Amino acid sequence: MSLDFKPGEFSDFFRDETFRGDFTYRNSPHLIRRFPFPFDRDDYMYAVNMEPHVPGRKGTAFEHILDVDEHYVAEMIDRAQVLAEDPLRCQSLPHMTLAGWDVLEFIMETKARDYPHWFTLERDGHRWRWINRPLGIDHSFTFLDESTLPYGPFEYITRQTQGDWTLQDERDGTLWMDAGIATSQADWSVDFDVGMNFHEWHAPVPIAHDLGVFDRALKFLLKLQHGAPVRRFNWTMTVNPLLDTAPETYPRWGPMRTTLTPENMGELMHLRVELQSLYRLPRSNAIAFDIRCYLARFDELVTVPKWARRLHRVVRDIHPDLAAYKGFLRNRDMMTEWLSRHDDGAPTSPGWWPED
Amino acid sequence: MQEMTLTPVTPTIRSRPVYAPLEPRAGRLHLIVADGEGAEAVAEMIARAPDAAAMLGAAHVIYCPGPNGTDMADRLAALGAAQFFRAPTIPALLPRLQRVLADAHMGTQFYLAGTEGLIGQAEREIMATGFPVGAIQKEHRGSTVRRVQCVHCKGITENVATDPFRCSHCGLNLFVRDHYSRRIAAFQGVNIDAEDPGKAPPPVVRFG
Repeated sequence: MSLDFKPGEFSDFFRDETFRGDFTYRNSPHLIRRFPFPFDRDDYMYAVNMEPHVPGRKGTAFEHILDVDEHYVAEMIDRAQVLAEDPLRCQSLPHMTLAGWDVLEFIMETKARDYPHWFTLERDGHRWRWINRPLGIDHSFTFLDESTLPYGPFEYITRQTQGDWTLQDERDGTLWMDAGIATSQADWSVDFDVGMNFHEWHAPVPIAHDLGVFDRALKFLLKLQHGAPVRRFNWTMTVNPLLDTAPETYPRWGPMRTTLTPENMGELMHLRVELQSLYRLPRSNAIAFDIRCYLARFDELVTVPKWARRLHRVVRDIHPDLAAYKGFLRNRDMMTEWLSRHDDGAPTSPGWWPED
Repeated sequence: MQEMTLTPVTPTIRSRPVYAPLEPRAGRLHLIVADGEGAEAVAEMIARAPDAAAMLGAAHVIYCPGPNGTDMADRLAALGAAQFFRAPTIPALLPRLQRVLADAHMGTQFYLAGTEGLIGQAEREIMATGFPVGAIQKEHRGSTVRRVQCVHCKGITENVATDPFRCSHCGLNLFVRDHYSRRIAAFQGVNIDAEDPGKAPPPVVRFG
């Protein structure tokens, strides 16, 4: 497949790796500890669990508003492959173009500010020049003029940004997912869900509706202010480092779940964490939702003793409906058994940081 | 009485539309779209209208038989609406609806009655023209067979009665997820035996 960008610069930092075929994706040993481990205690149940999305500890995935890590270039190549195979993975209803420009501006400004050695944004009125050195892009265009971009503004910038993104229009007291790009999703379909409101697109999630989680989350999000983004975690399990676990391609990746054995567990089973962040956009008043996917295999995670103990206890005790929804019920006993060998029963400290 | 005839639907599907008995409203045009047993819902609604003659004088009724063969076209035609049209199937009905919508003005009231397939596809046409959702009433009557989109090949299988079922386009065995898209006017079908090829459970009639 031909790419419309030219990666190559900074190849000492960005890993050359794959999320399909030979699955060469790895976390470098010194970077395992920056993994956003999602469990701050030894058990798990749904919660709204929103907190302000502000820059956090240095050397962690929270250091910058948009985290660009060693997997950036490889993820963008994978996204281009998915979109070439299935353009329906990126959709934007006609009234969402302005929100697309909003998110383009937000991403370009944020990356140019936090990673000036990789990204540059020059502005002269509405004449903009965007330089993305890791992807070899140097492009001048007119802000708010779609004809000067090779894609719509939303697709243009999200082809250069890790994480799945959706744009929510606000009307009738709810949020409508009227644009989205998903090539690293945990089994939900942009093509099916685009145009749905907040409660509709969450319909298949078990238990949480009855807990009132979505009512409270929606109430919270409708009050979201420009300049005060929020974040939360979600997580699931994936056999092999697959970014693309779409329902569309489930017949292709679902069978991989049956290849798991106690011997290959540490290599094949990955904790898949979504670091979700939400931003109110200034012109359109839409809300941008960034679902950033991080993968770490069990072998990598158990090098951190606290995480090894905790992951075992969470998997062992989770509600079966949640294990089924997250797609690992069939392998749960084998996972618990493997993880138990890395849990000495010692108490764990509160919070998700590795060393505390 | 209404509660007796309204098709019962599981209330737990959050993305599924809410159905309620049709109520006559004031409007410049009453656009009524129905299939199968939906004809009864329409007749009962008009019987409750304060001025049935006036309502019928501003009514355009578009109808087709239901997927179970129920055809009440004669009964509907006999009501005496200003315009009445019977199509043989839903696909044959939609061009007529699109043409009528092209001329419909604000102040039009929409009444949809019958199967979810009919309601969903008619609602999609109406919403595409920009009419407010509040102007559309929906009453589910008759067959509960489902219109299901295969999430893998994107083909839509009409009148699905069993779960699982075989996609009429790509042939995969699909289970019917309780997830409904108004934009596509269909439920979602997902491959059931991807992890155990050839071991799909036997089909059970769930929708009749």
